[in-house]
Formats: sequence, C-alpha cells, structure tokens
Amino acid sequence: MNEQDKVGLGSLNELELYRLYESLYRIRRTEEKIADVYPTDKIKSPVHLSIGQEAVSVGVCEALEPGDYVFGTYRGHALYLAKGGDLKKMIAELYGKVTGCAKGKGGSMHLVDVANGVMGTSAVVATTIPNAVGYALGIKQQNRRNIVVSFFGDGAIEEGVFSESINFAVLKNLPIIFVCENNNYAIHSDIARRQSISEITDQVKPYGLPVRKIVDNDIFAIKNYVHSIATQIRQNNMGPVFVECMTYRWLEHVGPGSDFQLGYRSEDEAKKWMETDQLLRLQQYIKDEDRLQIEHAIDEEIEKAFEFAEQSPFPSEDELYTEIFKV
Amino acid sequence: MSREQTFTEAICEATHQLMEEDDSVFVMGLGVDDPKAILGSTKGLLDAFGPDRIFDTPLSEDAMTGVAIGAALAGRRPIHVHIRMDFLMLAMNQLINVAAKNHYMYGGQQYVPIVIRAMIGKSWGQGAQHSQALHSFFAHVPGIKVVMPTTPYDAKGCLVEAVSDDNPVVFIEHRLLHYQKGPVPQKLYRLDQGKARVVVPGSDVTLIGLSYMAIECFRAQKYLESKGVKAEVIDPVWLVPFDLDTIIKSVEKTGHLCVVDNGWTTCGFGAEIISQVIEKLQYKLHIKVHRMGFASVTCPTTTPLEDLFYPNARTIASSVYRLLKPEQSSWIPEEREDLKSVEFKGPF
Ligand SMILES: Cc1ncc(C[n+]2csc(CCOP(=O)(O)OP(=O)(O)O)c2C)c(N)n1
Ligand SMILES: [Mg+2]
Repeated sequence: MNEQDKVGLGSLNELELYRLYESLYRIRRTEEKIADVYPTDKIKSPVHLSIGQEAVSVGVCEALEPGDYVFGTYRGHALYLAKGGDLKKMIAELYGKVTGCAKGKGGSMHLVDVANGVMGTSAVVATTIPNAVGYALGIKQQNRRNIVVSFFGDGAIEEGVFSESINFAVLKNLPIIFVCENNNYAIHSDIARRQSISEITDQVKPYGLPVRKIVDNDIFAIKNYVHSIATQIRQNNMGPVFVECMTYRWLEHVGPGSDFQLGYRSEDEAKKWMETDQLLRLQQYIKDEDRLQIEHAIDEEIEKAFEFAEQSPFPSEDELYTEIFKV
Repeated sequence: MSREQTFTEAICEATHQLMEEDDSVFVMGLGVDDPKAILGSTKGLLDAFGPDRIFDTPLSEDAMTGVAIGAALAGRRPIHVHIRMDFLMLAMNQLINVAAKNHYMYGGQQYVPIVIRAMIGKSWGQGAQHSQALHSFFAHVPGIKVVMPTTPYDAKGCLVEAVSDDNPVVFIEHRLLHYQKGPVPQKLYRLDQGKARVVVPGSDVTLIGLSYMAIECFRAQKYLESKGVKAEVIDPVWLVPFDLDTIIKSVEKTGHLCVVDNGWTTCGFGAEIISQVIEKLQYKLHIKVHRMGFASVTCPTTTPLEDLFYPNARTIASSVYRLLKPEQSSWIPEEREDLKSVEFKGPF
C-alpha cells in the first residue's frame, strides 16, 4: 500500500470506505449501462457522462449531511446519484417516462431530486452558480445549519456570472462551497486556450476566500477536505470556500462514445487518469466477499431501475399543459 | 444551377468567400475552430485564414458580444457563432443596449456591423434550454435585423447580405435544416434583404412558415392538395426588414391567412404578421386568420409531449382545412410516407 492510500484509508472507518465504494460503483455501472442502451435510441436526450470524474461528486457528497443541498450542471448523473438522488426516477427521466424525476419533461440535463437536496442542473453553463449562492443566502437568513455546494466545470469560470456570484457570496459570508470540476476541457477546447491565468485558484483567491486545489482526483483527499470545511462552515459560521478538483472525462463531451480520434486530446494524456481510476483504487481495499455482495446488489438495483423505466408509461397528453405556473 | 450543397456547406462556403473578399471579416465563437467545426459550417477556415481570423473564445458570451461590437466599431466585421440560440440570453445587454442602439443613440456617428449566427435546436430531447426560438425578441427591438433562411440557397445569399450590411444582424439557423440539401451556386452572390419567397403558388389560403416551419408548411400544402385546397406557401426569410408586400399580394388573392411560427405564438412574430396584414386590408377585404406555433409551455424532453409541442404538416393541414371550411367536420390527413421527409429545394 502506498503512502497516499495509507493516509486516505486511515482517515475513515470501514463503513465510510464501503459507502464511497458503493457510490462510485453505482454511478460507474449506471453510466456504463446508459452508454450500452444508448444506441437503441430509447434515451432520446443528449447525455453528458461523468465516467472518470465520479470521485469528485462522491467525495464531496459523502462529506455532506443529508440536509445539505447541491446545484449542478448538465453533466449531472454522478452528482445526482452521489447526493442520494433516486436511481429509478433518474433512468425513467432519461427514458422520458412520467415516473421520471421531472415527469419526463426535463431529461438528462435537468435532473432534480428536491427531497434529497439535488436542487437542479442546467444546460446553460454557469447558470446554477448564483442560484446556489441565493439558496445559501436563504439558509443563512433562516439561521439554518445546512450547506450548499455549487458544482460546475472549468469552463464556467469564464462566465461573468461566476465572478459576480463569488463576490457576493464572500461579501455576505454565505454557507457555500464552490466545487470546480476541472477536466481541462470545455467541449474540445483546452483550458490554456481559454484562460489567461493558468491556475484557477489564483483567479479566485483575490476575492478573499479560502481556495484549495486537489490535483489527482483523490477521493479521500476530496472527502476529507470538504468534510473539514463543511464542519467549519456549520460550526464557526465560516463563509464560502472554493475547491478545485482536477479530474478527467474519459468519454466524449456528449454521447456514449470515446473521442480520441478527433485529435484534440491524446490517449496518452488519458492514460494517467485511467490508471488512477478511483473505483479500481478502492476495490483493492474492500474484502472480496463483501465487494461481490455490494456489486451484486447494485447491479440488480440498476437492472431494476432500467426495467422500471422500460415499463413505466409516457406522460399523458394533458401533461403538456400542466406545471407552467404553480397553482 | 445543378450543384447541390447542404445548408452548413453553403454557410461555410459563403463565409470562406466573404473572408477572401474582405479582410475585415472574421469569425469568433465557442468551438468555431474545433474538430467538429460547428457541424462543419466553419470547416477549413482555420487552415485557410489562420487563428487571427477564426478563433475560439472563452465561455463569456456577454463579454465576447461586447468585444465583437468593439471590433466592429473599429472597422472589423465579426461573425459571432453560437451553437444554441439559448446562449444569447447571456449576451442580451450587449446586443440590445449597445449593438441595437449605438447608431441611433450617437446620432449616426457609429455603426455596428456584426452578424450573430444563432442555432435553434429541435427534438430528440433537446428540452427546455436547448430548443428556444427567440427571433421575436430580436425583431421586437429596433436596430437589429433578423433573418432566418430555410434553404441552402437562401442561407448562402442571406449570410453574404448580412455580413455586408452595416448593422447588427441576427442570422438564425434551425438545426434540422442544417443537413437539408439544395442547389447553391458556387460564386459569391447576395440576396436582397427583406424579400420573402413564394415557395408554392396557390389561390385558396396564404400559408406562411418561419424557418423550419416553412418545410412543414410545404408538406402541409401537399396534404391539402388531396382535399382540393390550393395553399400558397410563403417563407418570409427576413423578419427585419419584413416583406409585407408579398404577403399582402397573396392574401388579397386568398382572403385566408395562416402563419406557422417556429416559436411561441404569444407576442410572437405570427401575431405581428397578422396585425400588419389586417391593418392594411381590413377596409378592403374580410380576412380569416389563424396562428400556429409552439404550445405555450416549456419544451418538454419526452417524445410524446414533444411531438405535441410542435406543429407539423398534418396538424397544419388540419388547421388550414378548418380555417377554410369551418362548417365541415374536422379532418386530419393520414401520415404519408412520401411526405415524411420531403424537402423543398428550389431552384428559384
Ligand atoms: C452559456 C453557455 N455557453 C455555451 C454552452 C455550450 N457548452 C456546453 S458544455 C460546454 C463546455 C463546458 O465546459 P466545462 O464548464 O468545463 O464543463 P464540462 O463539460 O467539462 O463538464 C459548452 C461551451 C452552454 N451550454 N452554455
Ligand atoms: Mg471542463
């Protein structure tokens, strides 16, 4: 066992370790199954898969409490599941069924599970960042102890609304953690082609909030850091924190396939990330018989979720006109 | 005029020729120089003109629109590309408060020759934030021209016209039109702005389709033939400036007007067309009118609801039939295989 793993494992108990593994495994297998099913065209919705990036959502969400809230992006399957979003409802949503988490009206890019604190995901980059800030403001005004986490990609930093939101969150000392999932690309565009200051944390620091960069997708480091700041925000009224998690998207920007043939990035570059896959990393530390049991149960859960989606009805015609306004 | 091109090829060729002809033309936008080249519509431009004339931008629509405006003030002619019209919502301040205003507000001392290429998504679960068609927003504001061509031929000729114009032009492309093929002359040509196109002549009803809906109207016209109804199908092509004359001429003949907008009907361009026609003809003629467009809801992703959300050839034919023959029992044609994916190509 290397030093990093020793430190990581030392920081949690067996139950916590198992939870991390379960969550990672559930997300990976679910997305693999989505990719499998995709060619059948049953999922008539663009899908932005998180395969390779799951450790960020899982590490962060496992450090939160059930009453905390997350806001995310179109690349939201991992976040939704990591935060406890209902798997059946997610798959049904992708299938456009009335039993979906948004009754089939939202699709893959607009997952939501309010009961579990998944407050929504937007197809328009950076859009949910100020909404998360506002939610944190609301929580603070009501003297609640919960925390909001805003998830976004490295591209979102470039939108004006990101800077405007960070400024306000710091100004009002709001209970929010900003999590930037830096996978180095916005679609096919390398970050170096888009940002003048090469370190995102250097861009954010001047706003006057703690910043932290976690360079290697290390799920233990992510969980531990977020847990420590979440505790401080909860207990000491600490304000916003910015966490940059370096990670890597294995598949194409949108869709189920790989895209190395396009030539904007190399397989060589990806190799390093695939070799440090957090799922495989944790796998070694779970007892074989436990692992098989966990995996078997999750495989079955996923099968059932897809069956549920297949068998659920589409929304009826009158659903088209419901929910334009709250009545 | 036998050479055929897709809509995106026509746009690409027009851009290429414009850049060759005029050094001040350049292309900017998210992904314009990436391997997919905006569905091929900017393919080869990087090789031909280098990274000063075509470049990727940060994800900063607001600032980048302001930058395009600034460059235009300095004598350049930027083409700013957005793969979804929805993203223009982040750029509204610059577009509406600056681009549309400067020429007037500064007493004619400045002008802003920018072209905004904006794409409308449809179907296959694009959903709430990737399917909006907001041409009526732009047409509402004085100082911005709006064009939404349907054929490859018009795409090329109108893009050339838009880039040559000294004002901001929002150039709207429907994603379902991108792969439609049609005849496109190789040479650089310009199509007059503010000219509608009579796609099919007819005498019983004037049927106007905006952008992709022109295609559905073209199909509807074929369905209506089977009922002996002769629809005159018109594609306005330009919303600003708008060719009212062609439409007035048609309605004077038919007395019936149905506008199928590729957008929501409330406060939409369909209402605008109908008002203008009635204002002009009300003392002369008793006109029957009908508006169609997206259902007045957010676009749902699930297919059965999405199918209801959009007008299609059959629902258009059915509505037109009711408009003409309100006393008859309602009719909706059976789907015809041969009309499922019929295209209209010109030549014109
Ligand atoms: C405002 C806006 N501009 C452009 C797009 C098109 N777009 C979709 S995803 C994307 C890249 C975003 O990159 P990043 O924030 O790094 O997230 P990632 O996809 O890498 O997870 C772009 C440019 C969009 N959805 N919204
Ligand atoms: Mg990214």
